[in-house]
Order: sequence, then structure tokens, then C-alpha cells
Amino acid sequence: MTSELLLIATLDGIAYAALVFIVSVGLTLIFGVLRVLNVAHGSLYAVGAYVAASFGLGIAAAKISPWLSYPALAVAAAIVGIVLGSAIERLLLQRIYDKEEVLQLLATFAVFMILDDVQRLIWGVQPYFVATPLQLLGNVQIGSITYTAYQIILLPAVAVVVLVGLRLYLRHATSGKVILAVAEDREAARAIGINVSRVYLTTFIIGAILAALGGSLASPTTSILPGMGTDMLVLSFAVAASAGLGRIEGAAITALLIGLGRSIAVYWAPELDILVPYLIMTLVLLVRPQGLFSSFQSRRI
Amino acid sequence: MTALLEVKDLSIRFGGVVAADGISLAVQEGENLAIIGPNGAGKTTFLNICTGYLSPAGGTVHFEGRDITRLAPRKITKLGIARAFQIPQLFLEQTVTENMLLAITARRGAWSAVRPLGDAAAREEAMMILGQLKVADHADRRADELPEGTRKLVDIAIALALGPRLLLMDEPTSGVASSEKFAVMDVLVAALAARGVASVFVEHDMDMVTRYANRVAVWNGGRIQKDGTPQDVLSDPEVRRTVIGH
Amino acid sequence: MSWRGLGGLVLAALILAAVGYWLPWTRTLLIIAMSKGLAALGIIVLLRAGQVSFGHAMFFAASAYAAGFVSRALGGTDIAVMLIVGVVAAAALSAVVGLFVVRYRQIFFGMLNLALSMVLYSILEKFFEITGGSDGLRMRRPSMFGLVLDRNDFDLALVFLSIGFALLATVGVLVYFASPLGQALRAIKSNETRLEYIGVSARSVLLISYVISAVTGAVGGVLLAALQELASPSFSYWIQSGEFVFIAILGGAAHPIGAFAGALVYEGVQIYASAFATDVWELILGLVIVGIILFAPRGLVGLAYETFAGRARKAPADDSGAIYDVAPAAGEQRQ
Repeated sequence: MTSELLLIATLDGIAYAALVFIVSVGLTLIFGVLRVLNVAHGSLYAVGAYVAASFGLGIAAAKISPWLSYPALAVAAAIVGIVLGSAIERLLLQRIYDKEEVLQLLATFAVFMILDDVQRLIWGVQPYFVATPLQLLGNVQIGSITYTAYQIILLPAVAVVVLVGLRLYLRHATSGKVILAVAEDREAARAIGINVSRVYLTTFIIGAILAALGGSLASPTTSILPGMGTDMLVLSFAVAASAGLGRIEGAAITALLIGLGRSIAVYWAPELDILVPYLIMTLVLLVRPQGLFSSFQSRRI
Repeated sequence: MTALLEVKDLSIRFGGVVAADGISLAVQEGENLAIIGPNGAGKTTFLNICTGYLSPAGGTVHFEGRDITRLAPRKITKLGIARAFQIPQLFLEQTVTENMLLAITARRGAWSAVRPLGDAAAREEAMMILGQLKVADHADRRADELPEGTRKLVDIAIALALGPRLLLMDEPTSGVASSEKFAVMDVLVAALAARGVASVFVEHDMDMVTRYANRVAVWNGGRIQKDGTPQDVLSDPEVRRTVIGH
Repeated sequence: MSWRGLGGLVLAALILAAVGYWLPWTRTLLIIAMSKGLAALGIIVLLRAGQVSFGHAMFFAASAYAAGFVSRALGGTDIAVMLIVGVVAAAALSAVVGLFVVRYRQIFFGMLNLALSMVLYSILEKFFEITGGSDGLRMRRPSMFGLVLDRNDFDLALVFLSIGFALLATVGVLVYFASPLGQALRAIKSNETRLEYIGVSARSVLLISYVISAVTGAVGGVLLAALQELASPSFSYWIQSGEFVFIAILGGAAHPIGAFAGALVYEGVQIYASAFATDVWELILGLVIVGIILFAPRGLVGLAYETFAGRARKAPADDSGAIYDVAPAAGEQRQ
């Protein structure tokens, strides 16, 4: 592979890693606090993408300023995250926290199936491609490569903002610290008067918004197809699991590793593109099942 | 004579707590060693290390001359060490009898995917052990329905069913009704003696220690403060002050 | 298992066979139900150890494709050959995959299986020169134990064969569940630490169950491929795995017969629903799973038990929704 291709692969990897991080950090946050693996995370990503695309089409049809498509991306994520997030948590998750893990997994898997169908009912199976936000920002020159500013500047910037924002929020804001307390020890938190139920709802909504944000940010970069949810689910799980479920900063590192790994693998052998997320997850769990960054092992006896 | 269980220079720490700091200890055949000491001193950790649940930072554990320091619990059990836990570890969804039959099957290695669990001989053996520990009445109850004291006894019964040469117990009679404690321990210690099984038990109840141990080790701050016969140890003023409290 | 229980199962099998014999339009439904039920039975086996695989379809597919390859290589073959090839292929694959997968539990187990089944799906779909791609792998209708049958007779014979396998598998799994290895599976679920502490390797016990579950799925895969004369990549898709899990939960995971009860209801409803609800099928499925989890976690078998068991044995209000026990003992407590 020429050094030029390698550079392109690296830039692709960074852009992709930014997206994957945003989605994965939502997944890992939900797991860290609620102890539930949200299988529906993939659909939240997909629906976020579809809604953002629809907004984009609406903006174009209404002939208003295309610059509005940027806030539209954020609004799409917020709406999907809040509406679907609270629906899922209140109507379903809330009732199954005390049930066996298997049933919890099945429940979020069921939500995944429901949303997969809903998205097909609303948007059909044809591809959507609304690239306005991507095109508006133009290109930048990196070495001998021309690359879109959206992918190499905006996406990583948003990822960094999410990372730093989450860290600041969880460590310094009162409600953030409350979330950490519940993640650490639910019963102790309840004992000092924290409304655990509300913390769960808030956390799930934040996670859902992040998944949807990943989707809406991804929508200008690729054509949106049914099935994008599954790929992103497996990939974000791979990122979260390889960092250690619940570890936020670690997820940034593993997202970068996996994003770069995927891009380079795809340039090297394009037929592998759908295979790669699944292979990566398999490899990571083979090598270090508890994640790269977790060190504590609970004693049960 | 080679000690049955030989621990040399064992050390392990958790965060800031030194659970073991160069501990050396030997258990001979036929001994009933009681380990006493303040809470959190590392007594259960010691049992965890001896049975392979934890790896020490330094030191070795030998059983019948064989180095078992890094072996997994499964292998150590097969070599002849059985364990009963502070919080009883039972197969909660299955009956007491099924719990026992699983242990007996494991001992015999009679794993089958076809023949039903437990033949007549195995069931008889299970009932005998349960009877000795006075829990035979509970044989058909699910383990998660049992009261605490019964669970402890079933836990010990399972360990006995494995036919070990060394039995490690963590507070064997805690949770058992006081009227029953002596009766159960009488039977247990007699059964162990009859089978030639040595035992190590962590204990807080000094009555149990004086009556059933023939050796006592005091575990305090990661070190063995004193090691000797019950009379020697329990009359030692240092020990009385730091461990027993009077 | 009591003679009465065995008799009941045989009777159920005979009734199904009679239905297939007298009502030709039910034959396809029965074959598909038995085939998917066999795969769902594999899910039930794994559930006994408290694990759920979201990728069980990979063995369904591997078996069908292996049988298809051999059939094509031989220019058509016998159903017995296809079954043997399918089972051997799935057993081998599950033994290899299992060695790796049984080190994981819960979420990781479920997701790893999902990932691997999707790897297989991607391979089956991409390499179309070998596998036929998304069009699938065509194969000739096999002979039935040496007899070359026309369409009608073949379908009928396949119905009997499928029901026969379903019966065999149900009895086999019941025997397995009562055996030491099957009981050890339950021990994995409730206290794996204790299992290790009686000297048993939980991984070995789980691996054996994993291979068994793959084999039942393999038989199902061959039966379906023989019926359709086709193996397609969708046999390995995550939705297919989800379907198997759904059928197991719908029917009730406490008893092997739940796999087939669930499959019959599922396929039956699908035929009617597809008339007006093809687009929303996944939606309905998802909603029903949610309903079952919330209100009837023991599935149809559980509901049947509660209805016909005489004494009221409804689960207590604080039930954690265990799906493994049809008859919770009185006074049970959930952690």
C-alpha cells in the first residue's frame, strides 16, 4: 500500500473512530450505570441517521438556508434520544431491572427488532443520502490528500467535545456525580436518598442521544441503508468491551484503534469490509475478555 | 514427616491492606487447626489462596508435597482439598439431594449424558452424610428455600461428599442454632477423625475453638501472632488483648 | 421421565403425523415448524446453563450448506447422507467455535455468537461463486433412504421424518437434562464457582451442551434445506437467530417440548399474519417477546402448566421472571 493510501486510510480511520466513539460511549455509559447491554443502541443510531436525513431533505425542499442542516443534526439526535430513549426506559427497561440478565438481553434485543421494522415502515428500503452538511464545509489539504473538512475536523471535534464534556459533567456537575454514585453502588446511593429511578432514566436518555448523534453525524457521509444498525451495534460493542464495559476514556482509545484497524483492513482487502467489525470484536474478546483497561476483579467468596 | 499442607512466605495485599505478609504455616495429618483473628485480617483470603481462588504475590503452597500455588480451584479440589464457605455456596435452583449427588458424581468422575443423576449407592451415601449433619429432613427442598444455618451445614456436607483429605471451613457453625452447634461439631469432628481427614477452620466462637481444635493459629495484621495448642494460645495475654478482647 | 410422559410425547407426535397425513396443506408448515423447533431446542439447552446465544443460526446454516455442497458434488444424494454431513459439519464447527466461546458468559456469550454468525453470513453472501451468494445454494431433492419420491410423497415422508426427529430430540434432551451433565448445566447457571469447587470444569460441561445444541440445529437446517431445495445466507442472519430465541421463549424454555409448541404456533400465526402483516412481522415479534418477558416469562408451556396444574402455582409478584422452572416450588425466594 502506498503511503498516500495509508494516509487516506488513517484519515478515514480517524473520522470513523470519532463516530464509533460517540455511539460506543453511550453504550458503555448505559452499561456502566444500568448494568444492561442496550442491544437497541444500533437502532437508535440508525433512526438518528434517518431522522437527520429527513430533516436535511426537508430543509432542502423548504429552500431555507442549508447552514441550518448543522443544528438540524443536533436536533435530530436530541429528539430521537429523548423520545425513544424515555419510551424504551420507562415502558420497558424500568420493569425488568430485577429480572434475569438473559431476559434483559432479550428485551433490548426485542426493541432492536421492533425499531428495525419501524424504520423500514417509515423510511422504506431505498438508500438515503443527504450530503449537504458534508459538502458545505468544503475540503482541506493534508499532505497530498484532499479530504473533507467535515470528516477530518468536525467529526473528531465533536468526539472530543463529547469526551471532555462527559468527563466534566460526570465529575463536576452534581447530577453527573450522582450518576457516578449510582454506578458505583446502587443500594448505597438509594440509601442516601438518591432517586435511582430518575438517574437511570437520565442516563439512558443521554446514552440514546449519543447513539442518535452518532447516526445523525454519520448520515451525510454515507448512504443510509437498512442493516447499518447491526454493524454499528457490533462495532460499538467491540469498542466498549475492549475498553472494559463502563470505561469512558478507555473507549476513546479503543475506538481509535478499532477505527484505524478497520479502515486499514478495508483498504488492504475491500471484500472484508462487512466482515471486519465482527472479526475485530472476536479478536478483541479472544485476547482480553475483560477489556484493556479494567483491572478490578470482584471477590464473591 | 511431610506436612499435609505447607505454606511458605505467603504474601498478598489488596490496595492498602496487607492480608498476608510472609506467612508460613504447616498443617499435619489428623490436625484440626483453628485460625482466629480480628475481622478483615485475611483469614478468608488465606483459604482463598490455598484453594486457588486467588494467587499470592509471593510464597508457595504445597499439598502432600506438591506445589499447588498457581493451580485452579478445580484441580486443587481433585487433589483432595475441599472447602466450605463463609457464605454457603450451593446450587440454589436444585434440591439438597441434587447438590450432594453432583458432588458425589464429581468425586467418582461418573459423568454421563444419559444415565440419570445418582444411582442407589450414591443416594444412600448422600443421605448418610446429610443425616450425620442432621439435615436429612431437608433433602428434597430446593437449596434457595433453606434457612441460613441449614445452608451452612449442606455446604459442609457437599465438601464431605467430595471425600477430601483436607477440609477447609470458614466459620462452620455461624448461622447454626446455638442448641445445635455442639451436636453438629461433635459429629463432624468425629466423622473427620474416622475418615482421617484433617481440617482447617476459621472461627470466631472461642468455645468451638477450645473444644474442637487441637491447634490454634492467630492471624493478625497479615502475620501469625501465635501458633500453638488451644490452651497456650488462648491463655496468652497478648492474644487475649488483641483478639478476644478481654 | 415417566412412562406417562413418554406416552404423551409419542401421542403428540402421532397426532401431528396424522394431521400431516390427512391435511396435505399443513405439510410445509409442519416441516418448517419441526425444523425451526429443532434449532430452538438448541437454545433451550443453552438456556439451562443460563446462557443465550444470539448466533445459533450459524449452525443451522453451516449444516444446510455442507449438505448442499455434498449434494451438488454428488449430483444429488440421499437424505441420510445430507443429515450425516450436516450434523458432522455442525458438530465440528461447534466444537471449534465452542472451545473459544464457552469461556464467556451472559452478554459476551450472546454477542460473540452473534458476531460469529454474522461473519458466516457475510462469507456466505460475498463469495457467490462458491456459495451462490444471496440467491443461495440450490440442491436437488434428495432420495428418501434410497427411495426416489415425487413431490407429494417426498413431502409426506419429510413430515414423518421431521416429526420423528423432533420426538427423538425431545426425549434425548429430557434424558440429557436428567443426567449428571445436564444437571451440571443448571449448576453453571446458579453457582459456577461452586461447580469449580467440586472439581468440575464448567467450560467442558458447557462445551458439550454447545455441541449438542448445534447438532439439533443441524438436523433442522438439513430438513429445511431439503424441503426448499435451497440453502440461503439468511439461514445465518441475526434475525434467524432471533427467531430461534423467540420460539424458545414463546414455547417455554423449561421443557424441550416448548421448542416445538412455540414453533408450531409461530409458523401457524405467520402464515395467517403474512397475508396482511408482512411488513410488520418483526415489529409484532418484538412486541410479543416484550409481552412474554413482562407477563408470561415461562411461555406457553408455563401458561399451560399454570392452567392445568390444579393448585394455583402462579409466580409470586416479586418473581424475577425465571424462565427455566415451570413449577416453582412453594415459597421460593428470588435473590
